[in-house]
Amino acid sequence: MPPILEVQNLVKNYGNFNAVKGISFDIKQGEIFSLLGPNGAGKTTTISMLSTLYTPTSGDAVICGHSVVKEPMAVKQCIGVVPQDLALYEDLTARENLNFWGQMYGLSGKTLSKRVDEVLEQIGLVDRAKQRVKTYSGGMKRRVNIGVGLLHRPQLLFMDEPTVGIDPQSRRAILDSVKELNRQGMTVLYTTHYMEEAQELSNRVGIIDHGELIALGTQAELTKSVGETDTLTLHISEEEDPETLAAEIRKVKGVVRADVTDHEVTIITPSAEELLAPVVTKSNELGIKIRSVDIREPNLEAVFLHLTGRALRD
Amino acid sequence: MRKLFLIALKDLKLAFRDRAALTLMLLAPFALTIGMGLITGRFSGNTNTGLSDIPLVLVNEDGGSLGNALVEMMQSKDLESLLEPQVMTDLPAAYALVDEDKTAAVIYIPAGFSDSVIPASGQSTPEEPVQIELYLNPTRPNSVGVIKTILEQFMSQVEVGRIGGQVVVTQLLTSGAIDISQAEAVGRSMGEKQANEAGQSSSIKLNRVTNSGEEVKFDILAYLAPGMALMFLMFTVSYGGRSMLVEQAAGTLPRMLTSPTTTAQVLGGKVFGIFLTGAAQMLILIFGTTLLFRLDWGAPFAVFVLVLAAALGATGWGIFLTALLKTPGQASAIGSAVMLIFGILGGSFINVEMMPDWIQFISRITPNRWGLDGFTTLALGGGFANILTPIIGLLAMAAILFVISVVIFSRRGIGRL
Ligand SMILES: Nc1ncnc2c1ncn2[C@@H]1O[C@H](COP(=O)(O)OP(=O)(O)O)[C@@H](O)[C@H]1O
Ligand SMILES: [Mg+2]
Repeated sequence: MPPILEVQNLVKNYGNFNAVKGISFDIKQGEIFSLLGPNGAGKTTTISMLSTLYTPTSGDAVICGHSVVKEPMAVKQCIGVVPQDLALYEDLTARENLNFWGQMYGLSGKTLSKRVDEVLEQIGLVDRAKQRVKTYSGGMKRRVNIGVGLLHRPQLLFMDEPTVGIDPQSRRAILDSVKELNRQGMTVLYTTHYMEEAQELSNRVGIIDHGELIALGTQAELTKSVGETDTLTLHISEEEDPETLAAEIRKVKGVVRADVTDHEVTIITPSAEELLAPVVTKSNELGIKIRSVDIREPNLEAVFLHLTGRALRD
Repeated sequence: MRKLFLIALKDLKLAFRDRAALTLMLLAPFALTIGMGLITGRFSGNTNTGLSDIPLVLVNEDGGSLGNALVEMMQSKDLESLLEPQVMTDLPAAYALVDEDKTAAVIYIPAGFSDSVIPASGQSTPEEPVQIELYLNPTRPNSVGVIKTILEQFMSQVEVGRIGGQVVVTQLLTSGAIDISQAEAVGRSMGEKQANEAGQSSSIKLNRVTNSGEEVKFDILAYLAPGMALMFLMFTVSYGGRSMLVEQAAGTLPRMLTSPTTTAQVLGGKVFGIFLTGAAQMLILIFGTTLLFRLDWGAPFAVFVLVLAAALGATGWGIFLTALLKTPGQASAIGSAVMLIFGILGGSFINVEMMPDWIQFISRITPNRWGLDGFTTLALGGGFANILTPIIGLLAMAAILFVISVVIFSRRGIGRL
């Protein structure tokens, strides 16, 4: 089966600024593909081009067999879009919003009302459907925002950071619903800057930074690419100087690299357990008090750190 | 087309759900109309209007009973506050006054007018009566409208009398009650009776041309209410234009463009939504003032067509402003400024005819001016044919502004996030 989405050397410049620098990847039917990258990496710009909103500066993408540049209308029929920022009418009720957007996707009559009922059920807002969206909590609005993207049963769903700025419960519900949708056969392109979300959801991950796709593959492939590595994070108190500690730690045998962010020293090592004792000894010698220690097996965070030298966060 | 309508209907619904917008769309124009009506005395029975002391020149070369009756009527107590007639004998000098914009119109009653309507003994009735000439000042359409209405009213009564007289005389003749020589005398006396009645100022008010039996005074509200409605129509269209910028910022407009909807459908839907909201607002205001103030806006079909034309012209401005602006905040500020300036320029507060020439000239860029000309004409009894100029003006305005806006939008795009 040909891939449902094929991105070919997509470039987007805003004036002189190069926001997306020629990325290529494809998504297979039925998978959840995550674009993982920090804020400003170019995720939304990429989604905007794929959803035909922005014309690429160069390159193209073929979605459901149609070019986003040459056949945008055919592409729009095939995709559902859940934008990063809520795009709803706050003065309309949830039902009215779904009705309107369903009609924008060409639904009408019985089909429309049936789909609206189903989606309301799916996002758990049947009870509140007659109230205006502006009276909803952040999590409820997010759910309506997602529901709009599902109305016409798209083959491919774009979700741009759908969990930003909401409570843990709503976030849990959204992640579960993404998995459920996928189980029912929907292909999903999911963008996030949360490593855990990409880890939990995706079959394959593309890591994007400064408009470039710096890594691409299954989680196993990606973590393997950085070697058999663990991540050891030392949290020290605010008065202490993490740089001094990091400098000393870099001299310890078995440390691949040690990076400082805020009051943390993040160490990449083949074996965190073996390294723990020497590191604690070093800090005692320096008189630096370690408040807590995290040990993580190879993960996407480590991959990002390995590739960029920076932590993946806000 | 379907999506265009859906987008427009959604905007109509949203506008009528926005309390703040509703207040300005409907309540404010009502309140201001009442307020200004109280100031000008509409509710205390004084019909002193923004249209008062209209300068007018009468040249009477007729000297017959009808000509005199007309002059007397124009000078009568009832029309005192409305008209300021001046009798002259030098016709070219009178015309010059109009050309210099010193007066609103010249009514010229040529010699033989009375005789042509009511033939003297021994003469036959001419096929065509001698015509009264009305020389009008085109820069004062409202004043001219009033004068025309009064004159047409007078003429229609004369005509009714003349035909009535002829019918009676013919009947008397055919029934053999009178002979031909008597017929002339009877007809003449009946004609004079009619003319006198017409000249009796108590029976001549600013009646409607079409139904001369019914008395309808020119109502100051017929000027104030459309003035206010048109001013707040400008609010509605700038609010509608603003909603496009709001939707851009809120992401709903880009979202529409990620659905199988074209840019033309989205833009068309937004424009049609502004138009629908504006037209709905005007119709509600007209309906409301008709019920509450017993205000007669004039021939319903013509009023309806004029409402559509005014809403279209105003929508042109709404979308043009949107094309020039970037944020909803700018749109609010510029929108209210434009609404006030257009209100003043277009005559919503002060009759434009009292303003300097250059303002009258500029006022043509406002839908308010064209709309007000049209609504005043209709309230004075005019029909569809009399408001063609305002309608064409408004449609041309809409066409020009739409074209410019589309050019601007196609350059800058409407889908930015
Ligand atoms: N319309 C725009 N004009 C100019 N620069 C933009 C625009 N949109 C985004 N950018 C810039 O492009 C880069 C990528 O942005 P974006 O795609 O939103 O990243 P992400 O979604 O990964 O956070 C950022 O540096 C951002 O500031
Ligand atoms: Mg983004």
